[in-house]
Order: sequence, then structure tokens, then C-alpha cells
Amino acid sequence: MLAYTIYLSFAGALVQALLPKSKSGAARWLALLFAVAGLALAVAGFAAGAGQGRIVIVDAPWVPSMGIHYLLAADGISRVLVLLTGLAAVAGVLFSWNVELRTNEFFAFYLALIGGVYGVFLSFDLFLLFVFYEIAIVPKYFLIAIWGSTRCEYGAMKLALYSFVGSAMVLIGLLAAYSTSGSHSTSLIDLAHAGLSPHFQMWCFPLVFTGFAILAGMWPFHTWAPTGHVAAPTAASMLLAGVVMKLGAYGCLRVGIWLFPRGLDPWGFSFVGIGSWRDVFALLAIIGIVYGALVALAQSDFKFVIGYSSVSHMGFVLLGLMTLNQIGMTGAVLQMFSHGIIAGLLFAIVGRIVYDRTHTRQLAELETMHLARRLPFAAWAFVIAGMASMGLPGFSGFVAELQVLVGAWMAKPWWTIAAGVGIVVGVAYTWRALQKAFFSDVLPTAHTLEQEHEPSHELAAISWPEITGVVMLVGVSLFVGLYPRILLDTIEPAVKALLAGGGQ
Amino acid sequence: MNYLDLFRATLPETALEIAALLVLVVDLGLLRKAVLSTRVAVAALLGVAGCGGALWALQVQGNAGLSYGGLTLLAAGGYIAVAQSGILVLTALTLLLLIDAVFTRNAGEYVAVVLMAAAGGLIIAAAQDLLVIFVGLELLSLGLYILTAFAKSSGKSAEAAMKYYLFGGMSAAFLLFGFSYLYGITGSTNLHQILLAVYGWNAYHAAPLLYVAIVLIAAGLGFKVAAVPFHLWAPDTYEGAPAPAAAFIASVSKVASFALLISIATAASHVFDGGQLTAHVTTMRPPAGTPRLPVYLGFSIPWTLILTTLSVASMLLGNLAALAQTSVRRLLAYSAIAHAGYILLALAFFTHSPLSTNAILYYILTYGLTTIGAFGVVSVVERAVGSDRLDAFLGLHKRNPLLSAALLVLFLSLAGIPPLVGFWAKFNLFAAVLSVGAGPVPFALVALAVAMSAVSLYYYLQVLKRAYVMPAVDTTPIKAHPVTLTVLLAIAATVVVLGCFPALLQGWIANF
Repeated sequence: MLAYTIYLSFAGALVQALLPKSKSGAARWLALLFAVAGLALAVAGFAAGAGQGRIVIVDAPWVPSMGIHYLLAADGISRVLVLLTGLAAVAGVLFSWNVELRTNEFFAFYLALIGGVYGVFLSFDLFLLFVFYEIAIVPKYFLIAIWGSTRCEYGAMKLALYSFVGSAMVLIGLLAAYSTSGSHSTSLIDLAHAGLSPHFQMWCFPLVFTGFAILAGMWPFHTWAPTGHVAAPTAASMLLAGVVMKLGAYGCLRVGIWLFPRGLDPWGFSFVGIGSWRDVFALLAIIGIVYGALVALAQSDFKFVIGYSSVSHMGFVLLGLMTLNQIGMTGAVLQMFSHGIIAGLLFAIVGRIVYDRTHTRQLAELETMHLARRLPFAAWAFVIAGMASMGLPGFSGFVAELQVLVGAWMAKPWWTIAAGVGIVVGVAYTWRALQKAFFSDVLPTAHTLEQEHEPSHELAAISWPEITGVVMLVGVSLFVGLYPRILLDTIEPAVKALLAGGGQ
Repeated sequence: MNYLDLFRATLPETALEIAALLVLVVDLGLLRKAVLSTRVAVAALLGVAGCGGALWALQVQGNAGLSYGGLTLLAAGGYIAVAQSGILVLTALTLLLLIDAVFTRNAGEYVAVVLMAAAGGLIIAAAQDLLVIFVGLELLSLGLYILTAFAKSSGKSAEAAMKYYLFGGMSAAFLLFGFSYLYGITGSTNLHQILLAVYGWNAYHAAPLLYVAIVLIAAGLGFKVAAVPFHLWAPDTYEGAPAPAAAFIASVSKVASFALLISIATAASHVFDGGQLTAHVTTMRPPAGTPRLPVYLGFSIPWTLILTTLSVASMLLGNLAALAQTSVRRLLAYSAIAHAGYILLALAFFTHSPLSTNAILYYILTYGLTTIGAFGVVSVVERAVGSDRLDAFLGLHKRNPLLSAALLVLFLSLAGIPPLVGFWAKFNLFAAVLSVGAGPVPFALVALAVAMSAVSLYYYLQVLKRAYVMPAVDTTPIKAHPVTLTVLLAIAATVVVLGCFPALLQGWIANF
């Protein structure tokens, strides 16, 4: 059933591409229809898979001479991330309701991207996974370059090249693993059992992990993320932060850690406390958490604040993966889901609700606009989203980050202490953005009045798609925050199986 | 050998030559008064029919080649049949792109020359003897010089042909000189005899002379496949030649030259030694008891070392120089150099099992198909806008959405984005390299190749960016001839289908 999420999205992309250019209304409704159908399938698949391990959906020989199979399967981690993709896809369509330029092409690229993302999360064949992973790159480029805003061509090209370099690293690792294993199968399950030599794993792991982590925004390879997010149109930023960065983190987990577990073993010597690739990547994750938060604190562009906060939050995912214990990795997967929802919400508020009305994202200019009075809905939505982003109890982010921190404590206590600094700074930058953008009482100066052609022009009313989208995302974050078991029950067995080395 | 054998072995070539003569008779005899468009259409269709006839002849001919005195002159069947079928199909496609050409009034001569050059390509692909190889190469090359110069009113075309001819003549001289040394050392012109003799004592004592011969031959063949540093003709020729001729040079001539390189590499890896078939020439592991040739930089014979050097230089220079191009044809030329570099890597690490051969054929055939499509799109745009600068593609998605979609598919395939066929070609090729050569050297080379193909995405996106992203200066629709458009869309569709079902073509190649 879950496989149809992929086919449906690609079919949707094809339909949109063939649609006459003038029918922008039809394009929107069709896109919503395809996204909702995908979400419905994802929910149904999630419900049907409850309490089960890995379910094989399709297994057909694809390139028999090389042992490549068209193997789609879903375990708990896949099902949760497919659900996230479904939610993000629907929210993205709702928040792009006002796209007027080449509407059908926009949704064609959009649905192609979604289809690729679904495909990555459901692939259990290394090459199939890679194919879907690369399919997702090209639509991203066009979405940002055509419909983006600030320096969009630069941001799009940077993102495309970073992604492609990352996937080139992954491809080298895959070719090496394929030719070394000698099992003539590229199924992840077979490769995990192929008994690759520890020596090989030791150098292949960092290659593949870094390749995927580039897309997860790991410091110091994160620089595509803020520029890409800022340049992207709202729906694309939501997808980038919401699901595309998760592709990277998912690859790190599913390919990096699962196939090359011995790559995380100690080197046998240590240098200033760093004695394995695990320490290296945990350190980079922590630097990402703290650095992202500090840089977010200093931004003057509202969207850059959210962009850097994504780098910081993705740091938690990578840190959780490096704990290599049940609770930390469960937290990492939950954090992927949680950040996908919350970052999507934040980008929607900044990009769609605020920027499309005020045409500025500079906090200094927003200060003079008194948005709390003029856009109360946006202000309160941002308050809630900000609380969720800070990791307040009651929201999904709290459960996820708590688990990651507990897992990190069990691994090495200083990881938790260092990452905790990031949380404190996280409160500060969210607070600062909230205060400056919405609740400031600075009066407009003569200078800014001059710049504004119409000082007190009416801001367009909040439309129904925006309300629906915000309510949906807030509702999901709150629901998962209050009742995390609904996801944890699915994630935990899958993580346990993965830690045990690939068994059922 | 009798004339019947000769006739049977050269049946496809004969079919092409008959078609060429027929085209000339029809065009110069029957259609003298007809309008140009009719003459072009008739000539192109006759040419396509000739290719079809040759394809049929290829089936009839079967696996029997031509031998003389127990030595093979022309081989047939197996990978040779694959390469020859590829040459014929690609030739037919370039002829179909001719349909609305305006660069010449001598349509009949053009098609006849194309068919004769294609016959040369067939001979090269099958040849197992130095003299036959040279005859085939000259037949192909002379045709290509003429085709390059065919736009008589264009100065660029004449300049390109002159450069191509001078470089070509020089490289043919190098090649012949190398061949003469080989003959002198080994006393045979048969590839297999030569490579057996290379491991004998005589050749061992003449090692320096042998290396000179190998270097000279590598220079001659490096010119044909446009490998750095013998690539200088490529950008000018691709830019100046009429578009269908450029497409022919970029596809058919490449397929034929790489088929020849496969023949040489196959012969080199089939060294009969002590009753056992071993493959020690290119696998760097000479079995005990054979006279050991000196080892340079980890390579047991200079052939591998030279091919690797050419490959690395081509990958680096091709990709990096393409970044700076503003003319799309020159961009395609440098990208062709880069693609030749990838393939040379698989030739440097070659195994006599069909693995390497199949991977190389898969790559070169799909690359030829894609590049014909790319030249087709460029020529349509060029005719409408009057230039092949990057900016000529501005707003193409508005001016002709179908053409633009074909461009998107073809260029992404050249960049190696899945699920298009270019990705599988690269993957196949690199997997073959890694499965032949163990150890850090081939691995580092594959890593370099993958990294360079990441670089290549940038320049392909430069063209696509103009077609899809940047605002159009001029939004008048670009009209393409229905036949041209159909051919281009069919090529794009094939690229997608073969990419989604890579086993189709792989199975076809492997089953020959």
C-alpha cells in the first residue's frame, strides 16, 4: 500500500506537467488531491504496520545481472518518516496556494520531489535508495531557482552542487561496498549481512556518512542550508527543512550505521579525547547545535534565523545517531519527525504568512510594523511554533530532544552538557525573533516611513489554506508531544532491530 | 578465402555502399528538377533504408567472420555485432535529423558520404588486422573531413574541417608509424599474433621500441576518441561542422573507435600461455615463468599506464574546460572529452570476460544516442536564434515546451542523474573498473571520475537554467520540423525508458 505513495506522487507530477498553463486553480486542487491521497496512504500504512517489524512491499528483480532489486519495504522508521512526508506535502501545498507564476510546473516539480522522498524512505535496496535520493535533487534546484526570492539562483546552484557532491561520495562508497562484498546483491539486508571487513568499514563509513550528512546539514558542510532555505519559495523551504534534510539523516542511519557498524569502533588511539569516527561526528554534531544556535541569534533576516535553527536542530538528530544506544537513536528518529513538523510550521509563518504580506524579512523593518496587532493569527501561531521549537514540554520537540540528551548522557556525559548550551541559546534566539518580529513597540522612524510607499497599507487577510495548514501542523506537534507513544511504539522496535545488526 | 566469403563477411558494408550509390543516382539523376526539401527527404529516407538493409544483413551474416591463412581479418558476432548495430542505428538517427537541413544544396552527396563513412565504421569495429584497421579508419576519417566542411557558405565550417584534417592526417601518420614498428618487432599484422609475440623474447629485448610503438598508437587512437592531449580538434570541429555532421562525429565515429579499442584490449587480455588462457596483460599479475616486463608506477605494461594517463587528463581537462564555455557546441565537445576519459578508464582496467566490453558498449551506445539528441536540440535552437551561445536558450520552455523537455532529459542523462540511462552507463562502467582492478589505484581513479561527474552537473545546469529559470528575452515560439521533433522526443523517451529498465539494453548486449 505504501508503495502507491511513490507512484501517486510521480503520476501527479506528470499530470501537472501536462496540464494547460492557464488552469492554475485546477493545478492547485489537483496538487492538494495528490498530496492528501499520499497522506491518506501514509496514515493507512502507518496504522496497518503498527506492531509489525519490516514489511516487504515489492521485491522484483530490476537489473538481474548486477543483483539489483526493486525492493520496497517499510520498517518502523520508514513508516514514521513516510507519515512525516505526507504531512509536509499537504502543508506545503496549502502554503503555496498563492503561487501564480507557472503554477502547474511548480506543482509538477513539487510532486516529483515528494515522490523521490517517499521512494528513499521506502527503499531497502541500496541502488534504489540512491536513485530516489538523486531524483530528489533536480526538482529542488528548479523549485528554488524559478520560484525563489533572495539570490535564488545562487542558493539553488549551491544546494544542487552540495547535494550532488554528497551523493557522489555516497556513490563511491556504494560502488566500493558492492564490489567488495562480492555477494552480488545490493539489497541493504544482504549487504548488512555480507560481513564486510572492519578495515573496509573503517574508511567507507566516514565517506558514506559524510556524504549523507552534507544533506542533513552537518557542520561544517551546512552552509547550503541557510542560503538554500532563504532563497527557496515557502513550500520548498518547508520541504527542505521538513523532509529533505531528513533524507540525509535517514541515509546516515540506514546506510551509514546499518551497513558499516564497525566503522564506529575505536581507532585504538585517541587524540584530545577523539578516539573513533563516532567521537568525530558527535563533536561535529555538537558544534552544529551550538554554532547554529549562536549564529541564529545574530541574524537580521527573519528567515535566516529559522534557517540556522534548522542546522542546530539537525545537530540533535546526528548526535542522537552517534549515541548508538536505544534511547538516543529513538530520540533521533523522533526528532526527525518533530523537526520536520516544527520547521515546516516556522518557515510557513515566516515565508508565507509574514513575508508575502510585508515583503520584507528584515527584523529591523518588521519591528516597525506592529505585526502582533495587524496579524494576530501569525503572532500567536509563531508563539506556539516557537515554544515547540524551544522544546517546551507538551510539544513533540521536548520528547525528542530529551531522549537524545539522555542517550548522549549514557554515552558520554559531556555531550549532553555541551548540547544543553544549544538549547539555552535556542530559547534566546526564538525569543529574540518573536519579540522583534511581532511584539515590538518601536515606532517607525522618518527614514523607514519614507521607504514605505504606503505606510499603513492593509495587510491581506489570512486565508483558509493558511489556517488549515497551521492548525494541522500545530495539532500534530501537540498530539505527538502529549502522546509520544503513538510514534515511539513504532520507532523503538525498528531501532532495536537495526542496532542488533539488521535482523527482523 | 574466396570472393563468396568476402562478400558474405562484408554484406552490411556492401549494403551501405549500394545505398550510397543509389542515393547518388536518385538525387543526381531522377530528382534534378525537384525542390531542395524533397531531395533532402528522399536522400535521408534512402539512407535510413540503407542502414535498415545493413542491419538486416548483419542478422543474416551470423557469427562467421573472415579469415585468411587461419588468421582473422574481420571478426563478427558478439560485441562486434552490438557495436555494428549501434553504428547503423545511430547513423540512421543522424540522417533523420537532416530532414530540414538548409546548410547544403547537395543532399545526395552528403547522405552518400555519411553512408560510406558508416561503412568505414563497420570495418573498424570488426577489424582484427592492422592493415584492415587502417583502411577502415581512413575510410571513416576522410568521410568525416568532408562532412565537416559541408556547409560551404560558412567560414567556420571550412576552418573546422581544415583543423580536423591537419590533426587527423598527423595522427594517421603517427598510427601508421606505430603499426610499422609493431610489424617490425613481431612480424605479423594480426592483432592476436602481435600480442602473443609481444610476450616473446624478441619483443622483450626490443622493449623500448615496443613502447615507442605503443605510445604512437595511443596517440593515433587518442585522436579518434578526442582524449587529452589529442583533443584540440574537437571543440572547433563540434562548433564549426554542420549540426548533423557534428552529431555523426560525436556518436558514430566514437562508437567505431571505442569498438576498435575494445578489439585491441580483448586481444591484449587473451594471451595464450602454457595451455591456459590468462588475462595477465592488463590485470597487473603476470604469472610465474613468463618474462617480466618492467613495472612503471605499479603498471606492468605501458599500455595501461598510457590509457590511465589519457583518461585522467581527459576527465580533468574536459570537465574543467567545459565550465568556462559560452558556446553550447563547445560545451558538448568538452563534455565529450570528459566522457571519453571515463571510458578510457574501463579500457585501462580491462578483463577478457564480457564484463568490461559490455559496460563500455553500454556506455558508448547510450552516450551516442544522447549526444545525437543534444545536437538535434542545439541545431533547432541555432537555426531559430542564429547562435549556439548559452543565451540562445533563454526561455526555451516558453518558446517550445516539448523541445525544452527533451533538452532537460538529455542533459540530465549526460550529467548522470538517475533514473536516466546516463546514470546506469556510468554505474556499470565504474563497477566494471572496480571489479577488474583491486587496490587503491583503480579505486582512487573511480573516485576521481565520480567527483568529476559531480562537477559536470554545474555546466549542464547552466544550459538548463537558461531554458527553464532565467527570464526570456524573446518569447516567439521556436518551430521544429515535425520529423525532427518526433525523433528528438523518441530519443528522450528512449533515454527515460532505458534508464527505468536498465536490464533491457544490458540483456540485449549480453545476449549477443
